This record gives sequence, C-alpha cells and structure tokens, in this order.
Amino acid sequence: MSFVKDTLDGVKATFTGLATTFREMVRPPVTIQYPEEKRPVRPRFKGRHVLKRYDNGLEKCIGCSLCSAACPADAIFVESAENTDDERYSPGERYARVYEINMLRCIFCGYCEDACPTEAIVLGDNYELSFTDRRSSIYTKEFLIEPVPEGGKATPQKVEPGIYTRSVPAMKDPED
Amino acid sequence: MDVALWIEWIIKALILVLGLLTGFAYLTYMERKFLARFQNRYGPNRAGPFGLLQPVADGVKLIFKEELIPAQADKLIFMAAPIITTVPALIILGVLPFGGVVNIMGREVPLSIAGNLNVGVLYIAAITSISVYGIVLAGWSSNNKYATMGGIRSSAQMISYELALALSFVGPIMLAGSLSLADIVEEQMRIGWFIIYQPIGFVIFLIAALAEINRAPFDMPEAEQELTAGYHVEYSGMKFALFMMTEYIKMIVVSAIAATLFLGGYHLPFVTDQPWGVWLGPFILIGKIILLLWGIIWVRATLPRVRYDQLMAMGWKVLLPIALFNVFLTSVIMVLFPNWFSH
Repeated sequence: MSFVKDTLDGVKATFTGLATTFREMVRPPVTIQYPEEKRPVRPRFKGRHVLKRYDNGLEKCIGCSLCSAACPADAIFVESAENTDDERYSPGERYARVYEINMLRCIFCGYCEDACPTEAIVLGDNYELSFTDRRSSIYTKEFLIEPVPEGGKATPQKVEPGIYTRSVPAMKDPED
Repeated sequence: MDVALWIEWIIKALILVLGLLTGFAYLTYMERKFLARFQNRYGPNRAGPFGLLQPVADGVKLIFKEELIPAQADKLIFMAAPIITTVPALIILGVLPFGGVVNIMGREVPLSIAGNLNVGVLYIAAITSISVYGIVLAGWSSNNKYATMGGIRSSAQMISYELALALSFVGPIMLAGSLSLADIVEEQMRIGWFIIYQPIGFVIFLIAALAEINRAPFDMPEAEQELTAGYHVEYSGMKFALFMMTEYIKMIVVSAIAATLFLGGYHLPFVTDQPWGVWLGPFILIGKIILLLWGIIWVRATLPRVRYDQLMAMGWKVLLPIALFNVFLTSVIMVLFPNWFSH
C-alpha cells in the first residue's frame, strides 16, 4: 500500500514543481539589461578613486603619501612639491606633484581613504574600468582629480599670502 | 511510376528535411528562451533582434571549431557514428500525414510522403531503434572508457523504454484497426481524439518518449559529462553539432508522433471540415507540435535528473506493467462494447 502512496506523492510533487515553474514563467524576469540599464551602486561602494577639491577649487591632497604607506598592494606613488603663494595647489605647505595609482595592483580595499588626513582620496562609484594596454593601467593625477566645483577657481591659484597656513583642516566626523 | 510522382516525392522530402533542420535550429532558440523564462530571466536577446540570430551564431561557431579525432580511435566508425544517429531521426517523419489531400495544379497531392504506408507505426518503431546503434558506436569508437560506458548506459536506457513506447502505440492501433498513420488520423476525425480514449496510453507515451530521446529528467547520458563522461565527449565541431541535431530533431519527431497518435494530427474539430481547411492541416499539426515541445521544455526546467538505477527500475518495473495493463484494458473494453468502435 505504501507503494501506491509513494507513487501518488511522487505524482503530486511533480505537479507542484510544474506549477512552480509555470508561475515563474508568468512573472516578469528580474534581469537588468546591462549596458542599457545599470543598477545603482550601494552607499559606501568602493569604485574608482577620486582626488577631491575644496569649494574654492584648491585640491585637498597635500602630498603626505600616507595613502601610499597604507596601501597593502603598493599601488600608489606620490611625489610632493612645495606650494608657493603665487602657484598654490593646496592649502598648506605641500601638494602632490605626481600622484599615480596602478590599477593592476589596487585591490579596492579603501585603506588609502581611511589613512588620508584631509579626505582627499576617496573611492567613488565608477566600476567600468577596462583598459587595453598595461601603460594605461597607471591612473595619473590628471585622470583622478575631480573637476573644479562651481564657484571655485582652477589650480594653480594665485592667492594673498598669509591666508592658507593650515594643511589639515578642522573637519567633522564622517557620516557614512 | 511517372516523373511527376518522383518530383512530388523529392519536393516533399526536401521540404521535410529542410523544415526539420530549420526547426532544429529554432528549437534550440525556443528552448533557451523558454528555459530562461521558467528561470525568471530573459533568454538570448543580443544576437539579432530578440536574439533570433543566435542559432546562426551557434552554427557558425561549431563550423569553425577544430575537428579532433582521438589518436587510437576507430576513425571510420568515429566519423560514421553521428551520421548513423542523425539520419534515422530525419527519416521517421516520412510516414507522418501532414494534411489531407490537396489539389495543386490539377493534381491530387496528399500532404505527406508516405502517410498511407500500411505499416506506418511499425516503421516508426523500427527506425527509432536504429539510432541506438549510432550511440553505442560513438561511445565505442571514442577509445575512452567513460565514453563507452556512457554509450552503453544510454543504449540500455533507450531500448528499455522502447518497449513501453511501442506498447503505448498499441492502443491507438487497436482503436483505429490499422498500423497506417493516415488511417489513425482519419479514425480520430471520426470518433474524436484518442487522448480521450487512451489517457493512460498518452501519459506512458510521454514518459517513455522523454526517456527514448535522452531528455530531462532522463538525460543521464548527457549529464554524465558533468559526472564522468557521455558518449559524445570526444566529439567536437560539426560532428558534435550532429549529435545535438539528433536530440532536438528527435524532440520534434516525438512530439509529432504524439500529436498524430493521440491529439488528432492535422485535425481540428471545426476547421479541417471546411473546404479550405485542408491547407491549414500542416499548420495545425505544427501548432500542436509546438505545444508539446513547450511541455517538454517545461518538464526539463522543473524536474531533477533521475538516477540511472532508478531509471532502469522505472522502465522495467513500472512503465512496462502499466503499458501492458493499458493494452489489456483497451482490448477488454473493445471486446465488451464493440459498437463504440465499429469500423
């Protein structure tokens, strides 16, 4: 008798399965048609690096290379130079004259972002980073720096002496 | 035996073979699309509008692949095995009636190649058995233990389920009183589709046919490529394409036979009776075939694979007795109530 019961259970299970797949058929698919549609990234997504600026246009990066020291993959190369008031790139004494990140080494861990004292280097939302030869895997400062914001002037700037003396600004704690 | 008859046969055969090949190509597309929809995603939609050129892309890829023949393989049999598997699948539909008799340019042309063959169903059963040779030879000639085992398992599966399949044919044969497929369809036009009279037979046919064509959930020979190997593991390029062709063409063929034996073939209750309904016959049959193919894909999307010993046990210990019981029941009812089926 259990043979009949087993058979009927099997038949019932088969039909339950068939009904499940049929139900999935009448629902719309969940596929996102990349590259025409793109899924928005989550907050705190670790994408391509961006070198930030202040609202007046001066770069935040002071060329201290703490990011380079913190990087576990040794992907960042920083060479700093001294600011003068005639040719000022960042508030403070130093700026990064050469700033390069080797994207083939970078592991997108975000340690550089944690180590930066001025919140200059942040990991942004861009994840479409393909290149076709090894030379273009080295992202330079010109590529990474963000555009001048509204109301700011492009660097290098010529400023009044005596205003910008403090390298690391007084900052609020980060919210996210 | 005039020239016109020869031309008629050649044209019909060409239409059938070319139709089957195109059908095979777009069946792969249809399967991928439907499987995808069952799994909550789109299918291929990049190659051409709606992905309609995907089979072309697949065909071109397979043509350009390197043809590898293993070192110690038996070359002649290695190359002949895909052909031995594919040709029977193509020629089974020679006896299928696609429609009634139409009048083309003053000539009465029956819409089938040999639908009036008086041993039509026997022909089908016989030709299906020849494909088994191709699989065993493919497994053997690959010079690969796993391929041989896969081929032997597959052939054992196919011949086990052929018994239940052939017994499920017996029901419609008894109801129609003839082995000829044209007679079977005409009988269904008279007394109604045989699925009403043979529900058990229909279910047995579907299950046995799925096992016969090595199709999920009985696709052990294919799945063994994940586990160990299957009979077509050493094949590449066009020879592999021929094996895939065999499987999909057999899907179409088995659906066509189910539609003819149980679902009325080219007959639709109020349509084929009209004078112009004869031309719709093939399209009605194709519609039924597509419906059955959708059902086969639905089953593939749903059910997990049956283990080999469970498969053989089911074929011999469950399906065969039920098929025999079906034949017994049909014949008893026909003897007790002869007026229902007078012909």
